[in-house]
Amino acid sequence: MSTSKARWAAVTGHALFWPVVALIALLVANTIYRPGFLSVEMKDGHLYGSLVDILRLAAPLILVGLGMTLVIATGGIDLSVGSVCAISGAIACLHISQQPDQNALGGVLVALALGVGLSLVAGAWNGALVSIIGIQPIIATLILMVAGRGLAQLITEGQIITINSEPYKSVGVGYLLTLPLAIFIAAGVALVVAAVTRRTALGMIIESVGGNAEASRLAGIRSGRITFLVYVISAVCAGIAGFMITANVSSADGNAAGLWIELDAILAVVIGGTSLAGGRFSLGGTILGALLIQTLTTTVYAMNISPQTSLLFKAVVVIAVCLIQAPAFRARFARRPPAAPAAPLAADQPKEQVPA
Amino acid sequence: MTTTSLTPTRDWWRIPQRYVPVLATLTLLLVMYAVGVSQYRAFSNVQVVFNVFIDNGFLLVVAVGMTFVILTGGIDLSVGSVVAMTAMMSASLLQGGMDPGAVLVIALLVGPTLGFLMGCVIHFFEIQPFIVTLAGMFFARGMCTFISKSSIPITDPFWTTMAQERIGDPKGNFVSISVLVAFVVVLIGAFVLAYTRLGRNVYALGGNQQSALLMGLPVGQTKIAVYAISGLCSAIGGILLSFYTLSGAPLIAVGMELDVIAAVVIGGTVLTGGSGYVFGTVLGVLVLGVIRTLITFDGSLNSWWTKIVIGGLLFAFILLQRLIGIRKK
Repeated sequence: MSTSKARWAAVTGHALFWPVVALIALLVANTIYRPGFLSVEMKDGHLYGSLVDILRLAAPLILVGLGMTLVIATGGIDLSVGSVCAISGAIACLHISQQPDQNALGGVLVALALGVGLSLVAGAWNGALVSIIGIQPIIATLILMVAGRGLAQLITEGQIITINSEPYKSVGVGYLLTLPLAIFIAAGVALVVAAVTRRTALGMIIESVGGNAEASRLAGIRSGRITFLVYVISAVCAGIAGFMITANVSSADGNAAGLWIELDAILAVVIGGTSLAGGRFSLGGTILGALLIQTLTTTVYAMNISPQTSLLFKAVVVIAVCLIQAPAFRARFARRPPAAPAAPLAADQPKEQVPA
Repeated sequence: MTTTSLTPTRDWWRIPQRYVPVLATLTLLLVMYAVGVSQYRAFSNVQVVFNVFIDNGFLLVVAVGMTFVILTGGIDLSVGSVVAMTAMMSASLLQGGMDPGAVLVIALLVGPTLGFLMGCVIHFFEIQPFIVTLAGMFFARGMCTFISKSSIPITDPFWTTMAQERIGDPKGNFVSISVLVAFVVVLIGAFVLAYTRLGRNVYALGGNQQSALLMGLPVGQTKIAVYAISGLCSAIGGILLSFYTLSGAPLIAVGMELDVIAAVVIGGTVLTGGSGYVFGTVLGVLVLGVIRTLITFDGSLNSWWTKIVIGGLLFAFILLQRLIGIRKK
């Protein structure tokens, strides 16, 4: 009895318990509102269904969120990801639109390389400002957030570049093995990031830099390089997400592409249990957070509520999840201190003896 | 090391270091204005300067509120949405036939209330200002479309009078009432920061929260107060914007928080808090205004250059702050 209670306490105390509950609640609400919500059917060799759609649309957010998780783990923040999405999408679409044959694979690959290259430059700029010059991350990336939108519009010359390229389009809406290609790309990047950070010492080094950059430096970790690296990774993830966003609509709009994705990504990271103070990160939590946000958005669309009003729901979810995760809030409202595993056991015993 | 070097001689021509960022902004503003005057004949017209104030009056008011928040080391991302929500709410209430006086009171209460609530969450539950005000931003923007999905025109006589009233000299140069309101807000803001207990607490809190707490200063009250002040300034800004556009639109002032933060930083306020002046913020807003005017006058440059130039200026001023910071050490 007491072990099951302890186990239950361990489950409810887990950082991802409430996000999972919220996600399940949303899925249940959807199923009640629209009984066909959970069904996935096979058509023309592709899987169709709301769940597949949610996964596909969440892919860019997952990508940006993964990069953001690493940045936040070092105690930083990257506000420029939305602008980087717009820049990489713009340069890729511009290059493809200038090709004589837009469906040629070679041209598309060059376009993707250009996009990733510019993202690298953007990431290096952010990284240099933070790690070499020592500007606070929130301000250093604010510069590119403001100027990047302008640069993206400069690349597209203020126009919306429309392209008609099958290979490029497949990045966003193509299928592979019955599932959307975007899901595989996001999953692939997630696996690579997880392997590199969790199967090598890199993850722990990033966490130590987030915990205390100066102490890590004295312990022999090159803090500056690690900080630089995470901004570059974040920008590259954002660049790939930019391809997906522009490929979804086969056009690049310097103003609208990736607008506010930085906020959604930060939300996904925070919902996933990564502290904004740095020093610890959870990649799985971020993916869960991104899925939760996308499910919420899809739910709101499905219920015929205007996209803008969906922001109201998002505000409620953000505050609720953040409050539940905040130590100060837990301490105030929890009957038992959640941090002490021994205390609940001691408190449980008299309760059992009463019925006996 | 000799003893003389420990007590640096204060030369009379040396500018105190805390004024350097503000003076740099002032110099930049004067240079930009001079460039404008030398390039375009019509630029020297006094009305050009007045127009900068007329077009940026609401931005100025919101930036004053943001200065308070940033001085404590916090940030308020909700300002743009609160501006839009206030404008939207006033338009909707006026359309319903409510008395303009009552509308003003309600509109001026909602912003500070939201700010107060955000301040409480930030203080009592120790959640980062960034996340809390982000939620506030989503909430206010959602409320806009909840009120109405399309823009609402304002036909109320009081509002149209406020929009069209011109205060000026016989030569035809004029400012709108909004500019006067903005000036009053700036003066009150500067006075509160420089000469009141609240102002000192704001600087102390931004300098070092732990020390402020140990000194017995009311850290919690001050923190909540600055977000409420920012909410109030956003509400006033929203009303000025509704005077300016004579309508409430759900997607107005999107991304305004970035302009406001940029103006405050260009005005020399340090984003970690504790150092900066309302006067600097005024200069920062004017710099943004003059950039836009220059680009309008040029005609061949496109609007996206505004963003790139603002980004470049942000970089330059942050670098300047950083250099001053290094020299201090």
